[in-house]
Amino acid sequence: MLLAEGLRHSFGAVRALDDVSFSVQPGQTLAVFGPNGAGKTTLLKVLAGLIQPQRGRAQIDGGRRAIGWIGHQPQLYGQLTVRENVRFWASLYDVQPHEDLLKRLGLEDHADRPVRALSRGLVQRVAIARALVHDPTVLLLDEPFTGLDRIAAEALSRLLAQHAAAGRATVLVTHNVEEGTGLATHVAFMRAGRFVHLAPRAGRGPEQVGEDYRNAIA
Amino acid sequence: MRSPNLLRHAWAVASKDLLVEFRSRTAILSVAVFVVLVLVVFQFGHDPTAVSNVDLAPSILWVTFTFAAILALNRAFQLELENQALEGLLLAPIERSSIYLGKLIANLVFVATIELIGVPLLALFFNVLVLPYLAPLIAVIALATVGFVAVGTLFSAMTVRTRFAELLLPVLLLPFMIPPLSWAVLATGRLLAGRPLSEIAGWLNMLAVYDIVFVTLALFLFPATVNE
Repeated sequence: MLLAEGLRHSFGAVRALDDVSFSVQPGQTLAVFGPNGAGKTTLLKVLAGLIQPQRGRAQIDGGRRAIGWIGHQPQLYGQLTVRENVRFWASLYDVQPHEDLLKRLGLEDHADRPVRALSRGLVQRVAIARALVHDPTVLLLDEPFTGLDRIAAEALSRLLAQHAAAGRATVLVTHNVEEGTGLATHVAFMRAGRFVHLAPRAGRGPEQVGEDYRNAIA
Repeated sequence: MRSPNLLRHAWAVASKDLLVEFRSRTAILSVAVFVVLVLVVFQFGHDPTAVSNVDLAPSILWVTFTFAAILALNRAFQLELENQALEGLLLAPIERSSIYLGKLIANLVFVATIELIGVPLLALFFNVLVLPYLAPLIAVIALATVGFVAVGTLFSAMTVRTRFAELLLPVLLLPFMIPPLSWAVLATGRLLAGRPLSEIAGWLNMLAVYDIVFVTLALFLFPATVNE
């Protein structure tokens, strides 16, 4: 479903990706942990086709149409209402938004409010609606929990679990081990553009993964 | 089936931009005020006994439109940087040219609105007759506007992620604006002086060729300008 082979990319003298290879199968969630500047966002951008890697290749079955992206920036227009934003993004994918999409995300009562008038948690929910509007088979998540309160973070976790249960693939990058571990079927640790650890989570909890992460990154 | 999708996606981008502008009205209001201010200042500042209104009006008209357009072009892609919406557009399974085309349409509507305000004000403040020459004047304005807005939209995309975008855009755009602007000023001058239409036919042709060349070039070059 998602394949990365020998990805290398540099920005000037800084090597952002250094021989990164992995695959993610349907139903799997790969959580990539790493400190700031490890190359996590570059990895997601290469997977999404936003950056052409200098070496290696990234392939997602279904191409750009298959990708849903949730980042720490919502990719929304503040002056437009929730409904207008969702309709606009749906039109670019040649689909009509599912009638129950806003309802599922608890946005029904906010549908006609401009996005700029919403709280951070609600904006992130709209960003999730935008990312799911075309029913993507691969989700790429860049620090998706940033700025979310506990309730919104739990709602996002539930949604991602449903996505995985439906046989979809997810790649999640974050520097916060606590946030990502529960969702992951596989975990990777990234340092200076390299995967220094890639393995199934195999029942490890956040504490164990956190300890492994500290040992690998140190 | 490529063209209908291209046009549909371009229209989606354009109508979204126009709706955003309609909701905020910040750019259109500030540019409209700018146009009125420039025309008023020139009206009070010039000596009609030294230079006649008909001789001065074309230059003032195009100076006003040029600066108003640059203000509009500067904000065309700034809008997409808010909340990183540009990345969302680039992720969408649409041809990148449709993003350019959508931005071009929105910018043309924006600049045309300004021109719609500017022409009657020019006629009023400078006491020049435009109604007898309205159709050819609209043709000159439309052809020149398409040309420099097409180039400006491309440069706006190129410069938006740089630190000095607002400075770079006019610097880059200026050499490309000189040909259509000079042809437009000359043609407008002839029209307002009541010269026969045959005198401006050559400039209209050159403006049309400029538009075709630069819109085509921009459509091809735009995808490369937005790649990281």
